[in-house]
Parts: sequence; structure tokens; C-alpha cells
Amino acid sequence: MKARILALVAYSSLILMYLPCLAVAVFSVNKARFGLNWKGFTLNWYQRLFENEAILEATYNSLLVAVITTVIATVIGTALALGLERATWPKPCQRLFDVIVNIPVVVPDIIMAVALVLAFSVLRHLSSVFELGLAALIISHVTFQISFVTLVVRGRLASLNPETREAAWDLFATRFYNFRRVTLPLIMPGVLAGAMLAFTLSLDDFIISFFIHGPESVTLPIYIFSSLKRGLTPETNALSTLMLLATVILALLAERLTRKL
Amino acid sequence: MDSSPARPKKPKIGLATWLAAGPGLLWLTLLLAIPCLALIAMAFASRGQYGEVVWSFSLDNLKRLIGYGLFGWSPDLIFILLRSLLVAAITTLLCVFIAYPLTFHMASRKPSIRVFWLILVIVPFWTNVVVRTYGWLLILGPQLPPAQLAAYLGLIPPGSALYPGSFAVYLGMTTTFLPFMALPLYASVERLDQDILEAARDLYANPFLIFWRVILPQTTPGLSVGVIMTFVPAMAMFVVTDILGGAKNMLIGNLIQQQFSQARDWPFGAALSMGLMLFTLLSLSFRRLKTPGQKDPSLL
Repeated sequence: MKARILALVAYSSLILMYLPCLAVAVFSVNKARFGLNWKGFTLNWYQRLFENEAILEATYNSLLVAVITTVIATVIGTALALGLERATWPKPCQRLFDVIVNIPVVVPDIIMAVALVLAFSVLRHLSSVFELGLAALIISHVTFQISFVTLVVRGRLASLNPETREAAWDLFATRFYNFRRVTLPLIMPGVLAGAMLAFTLSLDDFIISFFIHGPESVTLPIYIFSSLKRGLTPETNALSTLMLLATVILALLAERLTRKL
Repeated sequence: MDSSPARPKKPKIGLATWLAAGPGLLWLTLLLAIPCLALIAMAFASRGQYGEVVWSFSLDNLKRLIGYGLFGWSPDLIFILLRSLLVAAITTLLCVFIAYPLTFHMASRKPSIRVFWLILVIVPFWTNVVVRTYGWLLILGPQLPPAQLAAYLGLIPPGSALYPGSFAVYLGMTTTFLPFMALPLYASVERLDQDILEAARDLYANPFLIFWRVILPQTTPGLSVGVIMTFVPAMAMFVVTDILGGAKNMLIGNLIQQQFSQARDWPFGAALSMGLMLFTLLSLSFRRLKTPGQKDPSLL
């Protein structure tokens, strides 16, 4: 009896969470151009996506930014995790670094976005890289990705057995050899999970991109948001469905990777 | 560098350590830590005639935060701030009410099915908030059953949609933040001592008492993480309120966004951001006070 109520709430909450995604997917294969009445099945809107210059450009921007930022953030974030975890820093340093690394995790996105806008407005005087646009978008995505990569890799590092490393020291392995042949293979699952997390975060980010993007650097979430303001089109449904599918696949892959750790 | 015979467990901070940690720390400090501090400083600056920032010390923005505007005191802004608190609080409460039964149901499943449920709760957490909110826009549209039912019941005029409005906002917010609440809470519920629950039932404690005296104290660690992970971002939310809420449902997030776009009043935006930042720190330190020495059950 009580178990039934629990089950009822559990199933309804799942339905509520998935309903919006489902709605977008259903309408993406609806023939009706205007209005929301069901007029039959079609894949026409998906085909139209490939004819829409703006959508193609947004997709290109999103993927380009996600790939570049993931590479940069994974390298910097992994190095940062190693530097923080593999050395004994004085206590105050440790504490300060922890605060700095955790800013993107605890502070709301909108504040991070505003802080980045502020930073770019000053740095713009030094270099045109910091003009709002694709380069600035890449820099700002890397900023929040570093933290998440570091978090994941640090977790992996902390769970490692220190004896393997000490064994390598005993065998007179050089520091670099030790890193390349012992530490790196051991933390690799963590690094990969961090990279996938970074990729998804970049592809998915709306708030920070919304503040930083320029007219030439529209990404998919921004395109969808602004097309909502201009009026709904069936192409938006198809595009949103593809984006949902991409994130679901990525999330499931990352999930499997972290479970294997 | 040659291997030293000392083989220290953790090496001293040498060049290699600095080379490893340096770039990341420098990046985060320059682009995030310092700008956050600058944001606080800017809250005390003022807006110039053309929307530029004038760096002279003034408390005008802080006065505006408590309602003093160009035309004297008005409660508009205070209403927005209070509404942000209220919407965030109600969203959090709704999430708590749903998350408890949900996580109890999950924890009572067989381990193999539990993993499946966990994945089902995690996946929406990853999907894009703009797309999900857009989905609600479609569902609540005038031609579909939910809006028609509401019109039939006389709740809304016939032919109109269920948005913009509070109902749509709460629906969007709750479904957006439910995973934020359910995942940390699940970590606590899964570890709940079933024996004490049994004992309480054997002693004929009523359900309310069981919850208050047995379940709540044991799930406080997960619950407090969930509350913070829901409440703080809910206050800062501007996508859901922008799409589903309309002008009447503006929150502090929308207000900050406006200061940095249309209004071009960065110092005031900075003051609002500072308020939000202080609030975040406050809720984090509150949690640290309540559960000392406990590590967050991370979502990752």
C-alpha cells in the first residue's frame, strides 16, 4: 500500500522529467508546419536542417568549441590535479588553491559569466583574442572545464595505491618514466571521464556562452534560445532532438567509464 | 631528474610541481578569482552617462538593492529579490517532497534495477536546459490537452496557453532541479539503517514521527547538499523564467542578465551579483557548520 504510493510518485516524477524531451522529439517528426496538431510522420525537418546555413554554422561552432576546449582543459586540468595531489603544499596554499579550483563548481553560472565578461572587458585592451567571439568562447569554456576535470582526476589520484609509485622509485625509474609508464596509465580512466564531462559541459553550456558569444559565434543552445524568441519552427524541434540524443549518448558513455573506475 | 634514494612519499614542491599546477592555477586566478573580487569592487562604483563604469566610491548601488532608486524609494526591486527567494524556496520544497518518495522507491529496488533508475535520474540532469524548457513550451501550448483542460475548468481563458505564468515556471523549475535534489539525497537514503525504521514501526510510531525522528536525521547530509544544489542555482536561474515566466516572474538572475545587456548598468549588475555570491557563501558555510568534517557525496 505505502510502497504503491512511493512507486506512483517515482514513476510520475520520471514521466515529468522526460515529458518535455519526449514532446520535442514527437513534434520533430510531425508533418504540420504551423500549429501543434498531429498531421502524420515525416523526417522532412531533419533533412531541412542540412539546408539551413545558420543551423549548420551553429553546429560547427558548437563542435569546434567543444573539441578544442576539451583538449586544452583536459591537459591543464590533469596537470593541475597532479600538481595539487602529488606534492605537499603548505596548509594556507592548499586551502587557497582549493577555493580557486572549486569556484566554478559552487558559484552559480550567471556569476561566472558576469566575472568573465568583466575579465574580458579589461583583457581586451591587451589582445583582440578577448573580443567577444569564438576565441573568447573557447577561453571561457576552458575556465569552467578545468575545475571539473581536476575534480575527477584528483578523485582518481587519491584512490591510487601509493605503493605502485614507490615500487617504481625503488626500481630507479626516472620521474618522467614513472609518470608516463605508471601514473598516467593508472589515472587514464579518470582523465577520459573528465574529458567526456568537459565535452558535454561545453556542448551543453548556455548561460556563459550567452554572455560571451558574438554575432559570428552562435552555438547550438544559443541558436535554439533565440529561435524561441523569433517564433517556433519545426527545424528547431529536429535540432533539439538531435542535441538531446547526443547528450544522452555522451552521458551514458561517461557513466560507463566512471563505473569502470 | 635522477631518482633520489630518499624516495619521498610526496615530493617537495619543485619545478615540476609548479609546471604542472601553475598554468591551471594561473588561468583560474586571472579569469575567475580576480574578476570575482573585481565584481565586488565594481559594486561600489557607479554608472556613467553612456553606460561606462565610473570608478569612484559610492554606495548608490547598495542603496538601490534595498529599494532607493532615482525616484525615491520603491518596493519593485525588493519584490524581485523576495520573489527570487520565494520561487527558489518553493522549488526546493517541491523537489524535497518529490525526491523523498522517489529515492525511497529507488533504494527499495533490487541492485541491478537500482542502477537503471539512477541512470534514468541522471540523464535529464545532462540534457540541455533550453531544450527541456522549450519542451514545456510545446506541452503547455493552447492546442494540447493540459491547456484545454485548464480552459475547460475555467482556470485560463479558452484558447490561451498555460504560459507565461507561475504554474509553468514551477513546473519547469521543479523538473529541472529534481535530479540535483534526488542524486545527493539518494546517497543518504541508500545507506539508511533499515533496522531503526523497523524498530520505530514496531513501537507504533506514526509516519510523521518516523520521518521526523528517524529518517530526517539520518538523511540530513544528503538533504543539505541537495538543498544547496537546488536553492542556489534556482535563485540564479534565468532561462526557465525567461521562457516560461514572462515579465511578471522576473528573478534576480534575469535582473543581473539585464544589467549586463540592455540596461548596460554594470555596477548595479555587480552589486546584484555580489548579493547572490554572498548568499551562496552563506549557504555553503551554513552547511559546513551543520555537518562538520563530512565530505560531499559528489554528483560526479
